[in-house]
Amino acid sequence: MESSALAKNPVARIGEKSIFVVRELGRLAIFLLRGAYNIFYFPFQFQKFIEQLYFIGMKSMLVIVLTASFTGMVLGFQGYYTLVQFGSEGVLGTMVALTLIRELGPVLTAIMITGRAGSAMAAEIGIMRISEQIDALETMNINSVRYLFSPRLAAAVISFPLLTALFDAIGIFGGYLSGCLLLGINPGIYFYRVETSVIMEDINGGFIKAVVFAVVVVTICCYQGYYTHLRKTGFGAKGVSFATTSAVVISSVLILATDYVLTSFLM
Amino acid sequence: MAEPLIQFKDVHKSFGDNHVLKGINLEIFRGEITSIIGKSGDGKSVLLKHIIGLIEQDKGLILFEGEPISKMKKAERSRLKEKFAYMFQETALFDSLTVFENIGLPLREKTSLPKKKIKEKVRDKMNQLDLEEIDHVYPSQLSGGMKKRVALARALVTDPEIILFDEPTTGLDPVRKNAVHSMISDYQKRFGFTGVVVSHEIPDIFYISQRVAMLNEGRIIFQGTAEEIKGSTNPTVQQFIQGLESRHDALTGLIPQTQGERRFREEMARMQHHLSAFSIIILTVENLYEINKMAGYEAEQAALKNFADKVRSHLRVTDICSRLGLNKIMLLLPRTNQDEAETLCKDLADKMKSDGLVNIQAFPGFCFSVSAGIAEAEQEKPIEQLVAAAESSKNVFYEFKVC
Repeated sequence: MESSALAKNPVARIGEKSIFVVRELGRLAIFLLRGAYNIFYFPFQFQKFIEQLYFIGMKSMLVIVLTASFTGMVLGFQGYYTLVQFGSEGVLGTMVALTLIRELGPVLTAIMITGRAGSAMAAEIGIMRISEQIDALETMNINSVRYLFSPRLAAAVISFPLLTALFDAIGIFGGYLSGCLLLGINPGIYFYRVETSVIMEDINGGFIKAVVFAVVVVTICCYQGYYTHLRKTGFGAKGVSFATTSAVVISSVLILATDYVLTSFLM
Repeated sequence: MAEPLIQFKDVHKSFGDNHVLKGINLEIFRGEITSIIGKSGDGKSVLLKHIIGLIEQDKGLILFEGEPISKMKKAERSRLKEKFAYMFQETALFDSLTVFENIGLPLREKTSLPKKKIKEKVRDKMNQLDLEEIDHVYPSQLSGGMKKRVALARALVTDPEIILFDEPTTGLDPVRKNAVHSMISDYQKRFGFTGVVVSHEIPDIFYISQRVAMLNEGRIIFQGTAEEIKGSTNPTVQQFIQGLESRHDALTGLIPQTQGERRFREEMARMQHHLSAFSIIILTVENLYEINKMAGYEAEQAALKNFADKVRSHLRVTDICSRLGLNKIMLLLPRTNQDEAETLCKDLADKMKSDGLVNIQAFPGFCFSVSAGIAEAEQEKPIEQLVAAAESSKNVFYEFKVC
């Protein structure tokens, strides 16, 4: 009854949607601020922080190594065949290094961690919500945002830039594999170009992106899990599945969108 | 009357169009167990969640020691919360933590106790609740009854002043159900916490609670002692109690207390019309706690069940045997005066003694210590007085051990 009335009245519908979006954004901002504040609130949750650092950072290494090496190798190939048309295959090192350090490193690292750790966070916290475990924390007077979100946020802010650095280094090595070993560019020239073209601003820019992506990914994924019970569609297990899906989709889209915004500021 | 510890004043709560609580007025007193009964879906759990602040009311006041909780400052509320513990209907154990970590979590997070001390406290609670040797087991590997006990241990580990139980026995078999009730009542007596229990278990819940409140269609339609609710003339209350009450006590197979009282009134009427005397014998198992200490709550309940079975098998056909409390059985003997009742009790004691009966296998030498009190009914003497008379006489009469 109510929904059909809304369908007939588009103005009311737009109004309702807008209120929903504003409310959701407000809740998300408060969630982020509470989580960030509680990282520094004494006593520190050192053990949980280390556990999360291991889960988000250490356990993502294999996936990062694999994606980075293949990305670097593909860049080496594509770059070579494009540059050779202009007779400038010598600058392959520049192309691979700048593409990775400025753009692909932070973005792909963030997307890979979203798939591996972000979805797990959303699902774990979502299940805790629907099985009243978060309520149980609250009844014990344990701040659930501090307990669940803060250690993950801190661990992500540390591990995203480190994994990005790893991605960059392995990607450059991947470019060397395809460009130099397979296609015959002089390795000395390749690494010389890498060294001379990359300046500190490029690396800083990449790191800033990594930190921002860390905050975006962890906040969205934990938020989706934490508020599973407020979803209007899907309850229980279905709710958790929707929460996990939206966590990954929203994070990925936001990574690319914030990347554009950040790039335009950093350039 | 003393000031209530927690008081609801015209509390309303709606979820969307669903008006769940429609003006709750309820009083909970310090050091007592208050049970909240009512149909499923009438908002009992919602009511309980209001007390600890998991849900906030739309309208009305909830007072703690006379002070409205909603007007307290954040720090004050936080201090208040520390006094509470909550046992969830579905246990809400942390499924990625082991049993040991689950029970220790509130201590680890909220106190600065050293690790060794926490370990000691957790181990202590686990021993008290028969939870040995499952430290490293995860909740999903436990049976329903075990999970409830772990949840109870987690609720008790901080030694809270007030414990809220949301259907602590749902889904358990009669022995385990009674074991949980017995644990709650036992702990309450020992540590004197204030308990609020949401339950369907009628009449079992009456044995352990000092006060009962009934929730119906969003309002409290009755609150008073367990005795008072049985005497309530409100048709909804009566219908609910009688509807839920089975013809036999689930654990002992005896008829439940309320029906025992009904039979008592019938006998009383018969006495007034036909002048036929009748007597009662109250059997009290005095050392139930010792069994529990040696072999655990479930063994205690199983032993009680065996004992009740044996008593029943030795009675005359006309005798009525009903449960009176956690460890009490009332025998109603029609057309029997005091002297005959004494002879009968002596016979019963002899038969029970010679019967190689309640064998608690792990402790072969252990004996049930049962005391019996006898009283003959008199005109116009209500059941409470007669029971009291029988109980006060129990030292004069028989004390027999059943091994």
